Amino acid sequence: METIYILWLRQIKKYWRSKARIVGSLGQPLLFMIAFGFGFGEIYKKAGGGNYLEFLVPGVIAMSILFTAVFSGLEIIWDRQFGFLKEMLVAPVSRLQIMVGRCLGGATVAVIQGLIVLIISLAIGFRVTNWWLVIVTLVFMFMIAFLFTLFGTAIASVLKDVQGFQLIVNFLIMPLFFLSGAFFPLTGLPRALSITVQANPLSYGVDALRGTLIGLTQFGLMTDFLVLLGVIILLLTAASYLFSRIEA
Amino acid sequence: MIIEVKNLIKKFKDFTAVDNISFTVKDGEILAFLGPNGAGKTTTIKMLTTVLKPTSGEIKIGGYNPVTQKDKARHSFGIVFQDSSVDDDLTAYENMYLHAVLYGLLRSKRAEKIQQLLEFVELWDRRRELVKTFSGGMKRRLEIAKGLLHHPKILFLDEPTQGLDPQTRNHIWEYIKKMNVEEKMTVFFTTHYIEEAEKVADRVFIVDQGQIVAMGTPDELKQQTSKDNLEDAFIELTGHIIRDEKADGAGFMRQAGRMGGWRR
Ligand SMILES: Nc1ncnc2c1ncn2[C@@H]1O[C@H](COP(=O)(O)OP(=O)(O)OP(=O)(O)O)[C@@H](O)[C@H]1O
Ligand SMILES: [Mg+2]
Repeated sequence: METIYILWLRQIKKYWRSKARIVGSLGQPLLFMIAFGFGFGEIYKKAGGGNYLEFLVPGVIAMSILFTAVFSGLEIIWDRQFGFLKEMLVAPVSRLQIMVGRCLGGATVAVIQGLIVLIISLAIGFRVTNWWLVIVTLVFMFMIAFLFTLFGTAIASVLKDVQGFQLIVNFLIMPLFFLSGAFFPLTGLPRALSITVQANPLSYGVDALRGTLIGLTQFGLMTDFLVLLGVIILLLTAASYLFSRIEA
Repeated sequence: MIIEVKNLIKKFKDFTAVDNISFTVKDGEILAFLGPNGAGKTTTIKMLTTVLKPTSGEIKIGGYNPVTQKDKARHSFGIVFQDSSVDDDLTAYENMYLHAVLYGLLRSKRAEKIQQLLEFVELWDRRRELVKTFSGGMKRRLEIAKGLLHHPKILFLDEPTQGLDPQTRNHIWEYIKKMNVEEKMTVFFTTHYIEEAEKVADRVFIVDQGQIVAMGTPDELKQQTSKDNLEDAFIELTGHIIRDEKADGAGFMRQAGRMGGWRR
């Protein structure tokens, strides 16, 4: 148990010490909210969609959680590069505990990042419909964060060096994000796109955030919860198998 | 026998780094594993310590197989790696504490033990500084302090004293020797300071190009080569040529391998 805690703490400390990175990583979501939120706002309203900023903010929160979470999973590549991975690998503790500790740490950091984006969005005009539901939002934020930290960990466990990194960002993270309904409503999509979006776990995360923050959901919160939970269990199994096979 | 190795082989693609070695180490022994650069020392240690999977061969460490009984094997040893294994973004103290938790040091003993070892390697005053601000020698000392934090049955040390000044090296070997005597801890180490091996090792294995070319006490090896110190005996046994200058295929491969940033 203490193994999990100490590795969780390590992630938090590293995050806290990289203030430049925190500020830097807020730039992108802020840009999205301002450029798209205000830029597309008029068109969206004319098309009968209502307030686009409200629609967009949960998507942007999910985006910053997605990025922070996947990257903190991928940090294993850097641990390998700098040698700390060996320290964890020879330690007489179970691989599962090491992995869970790291991933909970990464997930916590991603949730904090998501909360900061939520606060910024409030400052530029976003309104939450029911403040009580924000507690449920937090639960979903954590699920998204944990899921994608596991995802990053699984990938990093099979990746041998930093070279593959850009590839992952372009061919995995970007599509995950753009094909999640973070930007557009899921109604009236072409069939192929609609199926892709429904196969993307992030769509359920975005949907849940939208459901709890502005009361708009496509799949229903229960479906969102069950899908996310199912994928987490799947990834937990896959990631711990792959992680236990790492060599340094 | 606390370490038993039989016909151990490690290949990286078609390059054989460890070429069919067999040996045993007795409980409580101090063993020096010597050899020129690229001989396969680190690769061997990594296989003994569950970090790398052997291509073939058998290993028993503390009675357990590091391939099939990883967890049990891990409980029997501690290790100081040749290259860094600390987290640069944490402080010296945090690195020590994390290690103490991973190795199950009792909560009540942690603070005292960490202080004792950080004082021993003269880093106590710098304990709150991030490791990335440390000099090479300071990082090495931290690695050693970390490795000595718990008292395993077998301690692996891969060039523990590389780059340290003579006083510090002496100081550290005295400490290790004491742990060896008081707790009957087996020590398996590599070094390029041959005089260290001559001074502390009970027995010496000399490896070259992945194979063991000589085994024996320092005295036996000196006799065998009729030299009066171990360093000369070592040079006699492994040849005078610097590996990297050898133009044959294997030598070239080794050099290319080392320069090519294979350390993943
Ligand atoms: N992961 C790897 N991939 C490919 N080749 C490797 C790998 N690890 C080691 N080697 C090669 O295996 C050989 C033995 O390396 P090893 O690190 O075991 O040498 P060593 O005896 O520890 O040398 P040194 O005294 O320089 O530390 C070298 O030629 C090295 O290039
Ligand atoms: Mg080595």
